[in-house]
Amino acid sequence: MKIGVPKEIHDGEKRVATTPEAADKIIKLGFDVIVETGAGAAADISDEAYREAGVTIVDSAKTLWQEADIVMKVRAPERHPELAIDELELLKPDQHLISFIWPAQNSELMQELAAKHTTVLAMDSVPRMSRAQKMDALSSMANIAGYRAVIEAAQHFGRFFTGQITAAGKVPPAKVLVIGAGVAGLAAIGTAKSMGAIVRAFDTRPEVKEQIESMDAEFLMLDFAEDGSGSGGYAKTMSKEFIEAEMALFARQAMEVDIIITTALIPGKPAPELVTAGMVESMKPGSVIVDLAAEQGGNCALTEKDKVVIKHGVTIIGYTNLPSRLANQSSQLYATNLRHLLTDLTPDKDGKLFVNMEDEVIRGATVIKEGAITWPPPPPKLTGSHKPLTESPAIKTEEPAQKSLLMQLLPLLLAGAAFFGMGAVAPESFLSHFTVFVLACFVGYQVIWNVSPSLHTPLMSVTNAISGIIVIGALVQVSASLEIIEILSGLGILIAAINIAGGFLVTRRMLEMFRK
Amino acid sequence: MSHGLLTMSYITASILFILSLSGLSRQDTSRRGNYFGMAGMAIAITATIFSNNVHGEHAYIILIIALLIGGLIGSFAAAKVEMTQMPELVALMHSLVGMAAVLVGYANFMEEASPLVGVEKTIHELEIYIGVFIGAVTFSGSVIAFGKLRGKISGKPVLLPARHWFNLSLFIITFILGYQFLEEAETGGALLPLAVMTGIALIFGIHMVMAIGGADMPVVVSMLNSYSGWAAAATGFMLSNDLLIVTGALVGSSGAILSYIMCKAMNRHFLSVIAGGFGTGGGEAAEVTGEVYPIEAEETAQLLRDSKNIVIIPGYGMAVAQAQHTVYEITKLLTGQGKKVRFAIHPVAGRMPGHMNVLLAEAKVPYDIVFEMDEINEDFSNVDVSIVIGANDIVNPSALDDPNSPIAGMPVLECWKGETTIVLKRSMASGYAGVGNPLFVRENTRMLFGDANDRLQALLKALQA
Repeated sequence: MKIGVPKEIHDGEKRVATTPEAADKIIKLGFDVIVETGAGAAADISDEAYREAGVTIVDSAKTLWQEADIVMKVRAPERHPELAIDELELLKPDQHLISFIWPAQNSELMQELAAKHTTVLAMDSVPRMSRAQKMDALSSMANIAGYRAVIEAAQHFGRFFTGQITAAGKVPPAKVLVIGAGVAGLAAIGTAKSMGAIVRAFDTRPEVKEQIESMDAEFLMLDFAEDGSGSGGYAKTMSKEFIEAEMALFARQAMEVDIIITTALIPGKPAPELVTAGMVESMKPGSVIVDLAAEQGGNCALTEKDKVVIKHGVTIIGYTNLPSRLANQSSQLYATNLRHLLTDLTPDKDGKLFVNMEDEVIRGATVIKEGAITWPPPPPKLTGSHKPLTESPAIKTEEPAQKSLLMQLLPLLLAGAAFFGMGAVAPESFLSHFTVFVLACFVGYQVIWNVSPSLHTPLMSVTNAISGIIVIGALVQVSASLEIIEILSGLGILIAAINIAGGFLVTRRMLEMFRK
Repeated sequence: MSHGLLTMSYITASILFILSLSGLSRQDTSRRGNYFGMAGMAIAITATIFSNNVHGEHAYIILIIALLIGGLIGSFAAAKVEMTQMPELVALMHSLVGMAAVLVGYANFMEEASPLVGVEKTIHELEIYIGVFIGAVTFSGSVIAFGKLRGKISGKPVLLPARHWFNLSLFIITFILGYQFLEEAETGGALLPLAVMTGIALIFGIHMVMAIGGADMPVVVSMLNSYSGWAAAATGFMLSNDLLIVTGALVGSSGAILSYIMCKAMNRHFLSVIAGGFGTGGGEAAEVTGEVYPIEAEETAQLLRDSKNIVIIPGYGMAVAQAQHTVYEITKLLTGQGKKVRFAIHPVAGRMPGHMNVLLAEAKVPYDIVFEMDEINEDFSNVDVSIVIGANDIVNPSALDDPNSPIAGMPVLECWKGETTIVLKRSMASGYAGVGNPLFVRENTRMLFGDANDRLQALLKALQA
């Protein structure tokens, strides 16, 4: 089958859905790949590079849509009056389309696509589970957005990120607050940290605390217990009290930090307003806010979508096309995500697409199948499987049942009774030996308890040698009058001697090998 | 030598043994500890030989010959044994202690010149009986353990139907025989019950170790270590010899503690290990499905060159392939390039407590780059590459996230939290516990198939290139 990659027509969109490297691997799956001329130009990929990978370049969008069996895009199909291109018009019946669709927000588009009797796979609907991570374009784009957010902030921020002490004076490090530690948030933390800033981060989901701390950032704790983990690794809406406590925290932080990067999104809802106009006002002049939720209305009250504005001396960046601002990188990652999806779609590597609705990942991504809308998919069998495995083992840690006083005392009582019984009947001579025995057990316990694990084997072989002390038992009997006893004792001595010599010598050999 | 001197020598020996064990619990004092042990043993033996208990030319000839032959065999074995075979040697030596205890018990039983009467006599006979029982169990159990470690006997647990009832009935018979033994000891015809009991104890020991799965071998070895101590202590009671009692109790409790530590490392209940039958919990463990990503030595070398923080996780496979020297060569090379290379040792890696440490020490890996599980587990998120060498169950994530897995709840080395994990493995076969391992199909896991030493040699070559 033939895969076509057109040039993106959305304003400001610089990404392209395949790269020469990805195309090369797609061709190996048995597909033919055609790319519209100039499709990669904005992402610094020339037509020539595509040709070298075995791609055919076609000169117009119309030809491309006409020839391709499968169209791969970044943005959902749209109309562009100035270029006189209507991608919906170009879409052929029974054609396959793979791109971002956002079916929840674009029900009209979905209807139109369905009417065309097409099969549509939405990259934004790939289920968030471990197996599908390699095709999770949302994560790869979020990663880039997080990185770019810091770069944008750095560009508008008038100081170093890192602290320095120079001959010309001391430079304090920049303080960065990241709100929402999803993929984008974590990427931002990593980038800001590597530039030398002091990074703090906040998230409503307590399980990301460890991830934040693993990136060497400070997790801002809220004196309030509520778990904000929703399904699929996203956050959910929190209670009113929680939000109040949260806002108080942000208000305090706003006065202190230089840069705020907000990434808080709740699926299917407008972005929560976390940074109020008052907080912006309280920030130091020259501070920067990067609002990654600008598309959904913004986490900052003063954000203007797709614009950089200066309010109360604070630069507020509301770009929604951050991945596109790193077009080459995001094209590469997106193309790889697409390639992984294609690999799963062509199990036989014969260039034939097989939309297997039994496969949970493919089922989730397929939003329209041969003209029938199949979105939303049935709930995934493994909700929350995307959760990091860092927390809580899945097995229940059973609380030890509260034992009754009698049960606790029973062993003691039994031991006491046993000692009493023994003391009542046993002769003096036995008891003195028994005393020695019990005390020696305790000495052994005290001595061994803190043994270092690396010495377990030498310890064992030395105790082995020492238990060869049984040779004494054989020695004291070897002078007996009966021949059979002499033989038995002699054998005993021999065996125990093997043990003693072998045990001590092998221990010595081992210990000689341990060195610092 | 007077009785007083003998007692003093025995006290000195006991103290030296205690110092020996306490010395062995730390690296810097361990060598001294071993010499204390040797000194204690030398004092004990010399004092006994020159005491009034040993007399007659005949006796001296026997004991000198026996000591010489035994000593020679022991020294020879100690000099020749491969470090990878340590578990076998240890198991074999346990069996010798058990055997000696049985022999001493029989010899003591046949000695008629016992001056004891009444309760003391009964207690004495009971001591013989118990001593022989423990000795025989230790002996046969250790022989089976040796066979399992050698691979001569299958590592799989042999589970007889109604095995708990079988054990119980063996115990009951032992009790009845014990009663008969005490009855007939009065008349002098007690050899038969003692012999039958010895047979039963042997069967008991065999059955007990046969039922324990291969993955539990570290527990078995340390448990038998403990038994051999108790056998010596029982002999001490039998001979009214405090030195034997003290030493036996020391060894017995140290072995018991080691077993306990091992059990805790595997999140297993001590009794359930002893009773045998691994993974009999309800529910089906999740099947492991997914794609395996193979990798070649050259790519691995590239990966290592690009990383800073490397952790090596050795397992039994490293011991089998004798790869510890190659591992250290690679470590030296990488450390020389300024990378941080550490070793992570799971408490039950290998077939014996501390097995991996001994192997790494043999290869001269300095022990300050060798870390325990608890020391390194939290750090895996900062690790670029973890190299798993022939280990399986100790890096199995299903121990944490699959409650139905037979190893559920066992603490494991969480190497999958690192950037990349490279697993060296012969094939996709499951580990000793027979459990599938989802680590191998993880996104960030690469499989380097083949003999560990062979692959590591290739890796070393690729790194040097």
